[in-house]
Amino acid sequence: MQTEYAFRHRHIFGMEQLSSEDILHIIATARSFKEISSRPIKKVPTLRGKTVVNIFFEPSTRTRLSFEIAAKRMSADTFNIAAATSSTTKGETLADTAKNLMAMNPDVLVLRHSSAGAPQLLAKHVGAAVINAGDGAHEHPSQSLLDIMTIMEHKSDLAGLKIAIIGDITHSRVAGSNIRGFTKLGAKVFVAGPKTFIPQGIEKLGALVCREVNEAVAEADVVMALRIQRERDHDSLIPSLREYSRCYGVSAAMLRNARPDAIVMHPGPVNRGVEMNPDVADGPRSVILEQVTNGVAVRMALLYLVAGGQGGQE
Amino acid sequence: MSANMKILRGGRIIDPKNGRDGLGDFWIRDGNIAVVEDKIPADAEVIDCQGKWVVPGLIDLHVHLREPGQEYKETIESGCLAAAAGGFTAVCCMPNSKPVNDNAAITRAIVDTAKSCAARVYPAGAVSCGSQGENLAEYAEMKEAGIVAVTDDGRPVENSQLMRRALEYADSHDLPVMSHAEDMSLSRNGCMHEGVVSTRLGLRGIPAAAESIMVFRDAALAELTGARLHICHVSAESSVAVIRAARSRGIKITAETAPHYFTLTDEAAVGYDTNAKMNPPLRSEADREAIRAALADGVLDAIATDHAPHSILEKEVEFNRAANGVIGLETALPLTLALVRDGVITPARLVELMSVNPAAIIGVPGGSLAVGAVADVTIIDPERRWRFTETTNHSKSVNSPFWGWELQGRAVMTMLAGRIAYQFND
Repeated sequence: MQTEYAFRHRHIFGMEQLSSEDILHIIATARSFKEISSRPIKKVPTLRGKTVVNIFFEPSTRTRLSFEIAAKRMSADTFNIAAATSSTTKGETLADTAKNLMAMNPDVLVLRHSSAGAPQLLAKHVGAAVINAGDGAHEHPSQSLLDIMTIMEHKSDLAGLKIAIIGDITHSRVAGSNIRGFTKLGAKVFVAGPKTFIPQGIEKLGALVCREVNEAVAEADVVMALRIQRERDHDSLIPSLREYSRCYGVSAAMLRNARPDAIVMHPGPVNRGVEMNPDVADGPRSVILEQVTNGVAVRMALLYLVAGGQGGQE
Repeated sequence: MSANMKILRGGRIIDPKNGRDGLGDFWIRDGNIAVVEDKIPADAEVIDCQGKWVVPGLIDLHVHLREPGQEYKETIESGCLAAAAGGFTAVCCMPNSKPVNDNAAITRAIVDTAKSCAARVYPAGAVSCGSQGENLAEYAEMKEAGIVAVTDDGRPVENSQLMRRALEYADSHDLPVMSHAEDMSLSRNGCMHEGVVSTRLGLRGIPAAAESIMVFRDAALAELTGARLHICHVSAESSVAVIRAARSRGIKITAETAPHYFTLTDEAAVGYDTNAKMNPPLRSEADREAIRAALADGVLDAIATDHAPHSILEKEVEFNRAANGVIGLETALPLTLALVRDGVITPARLVELMSVNPAAIIGVPGGSLAVGAVADVTIIDPERRWRFTETTNHSKSVNSPFWGWELQGRAVMTMLAGRIAYQFND
């Protein structure tokens, strides 16, 4: 028998803090909101009078826009602060920024920051709810939730699925959140990439490390490629994009070993021809644009849960 | 004028250098350790030491006093008070002040300031000018002014040729070289131990090999030059293995660790607690166990604090941007007493690790309770429970992973040449 469930998280720092029950509740909430985005008048009054501030210390178009659209469709007032990380090195710390923001009494702060743990630090200094929109190489929970929502639309349930994640696992907060989120829902997560991309102890997070990319893709229900961060080239993690693409780029040929109904995902934006071939990115198995659509619904759900009806006891 | 007499009554006198561990009275006359006589002079000050340990004053090989230049974090005066409160009668301060202690004028300034303070201060001079890793600093002049070792602590000597020259030149002046062993090409941008926890937290890791590779290099250079090498703050099992092997080859190598490495692991960083950030980083449970074993079996010679005060300006920030280091002078003794309670080391070994061996490594007086020696003495209550908080802390900074902990055992009195430098009042 179902006991009374209540969403109890004041902040959304990552998938690590969420139970499978929490995740399913967020997805269910997102599903109920998804339809709003297809109405002619795409707006509900749910968060009227609430203030959402997007604080982005790293450049981001999609995630920031997705949060902004989500907040506006819920009738919240939104503000964007694009803070250059360099300005904080000139004296203003994240704690200072937080205290200044609090003087304006916002309800939700959505934070993107290059430092892992920055959302926790922010939350220490503010009264508002904090949603992590990506912190360093740590977590990106709203991305993981939209990925889960998208998979569930195609596969109904994650339990028992084989999901392959290919790419730079070490520097990917998407991988960090998805390994946690997918395994909590019972999927088996296989990661593949050159060893320079595989962090120490990743198997303790529940991932199975494959030496061969084909081993990860074989019989997979979901194949996810991660974006190669070109700005990390200096780190000598791979000799060239060319060789990476040749060994690990997701191609139609590679997908022949996946299950016939396998879907292909990517957190975007895709480097076409590097981590994914164009014929795959734009092909019939690709659900990349559905991910983007679901992103708005998931973020509406998160804003609602931390600023709206239930929750807030933690 | 009658002699100034203090009699420490009925304590457990632990003096491993002179093979002594037993109950007895302990006399101090005019600041020196005196022969115990039958009749207590009428004007003697008698201090009851029943249930307490009487040990040679503790000596800390590795502290950052931040003066000159960063007095908002610590001063020589506040650092020495913290030392005395922690049971230390002497500290060796690292040269990374601002400016760097790379010349005799700065050494003299530190020594002069310390004269009126609660602990003896023995500065370490820089290996290279400005600790820039390019040209040797003037060791002879600095030694005349008071340095007892050279090190570029915090800015490890990357150039192997310079390290070789430093070992040779220091040996000519009978100074040990203290090595902060770190291969910067492996550790760069890392902010905690590389392992499961760094992966979970999404933080860039520093592998244990970044330390042990440099321990090996420096041991090889010590073998080449025949000079004395001291390895600072050993954190990794692999470094312990290298030191063990080096010693068996007859290389003149000594080594210290710090209490956080035998007390905590990288798990302490969970929650992004910047008070668990130091360099080298807190490592795995296997490393922690190896450090404890090496303290017992003699591969590690000393416990030093690496007392590194920082203000909230450096610590209340994102984890990867936070400064490395924790304060440690007032928690080192209780954390080492926990090793005694856990049966890892004996009380006599504690005294070797915290007094006898540090004195020998930097060649300073102390580490002995022989009659006639200067009475630098620490009285320890091994059972006393107390809490490390604002009210007990003497440092100007509070950056400690042990902040708020209830600790067991502490120094209750610290004497410098027979004078009371610190007394614990509850």
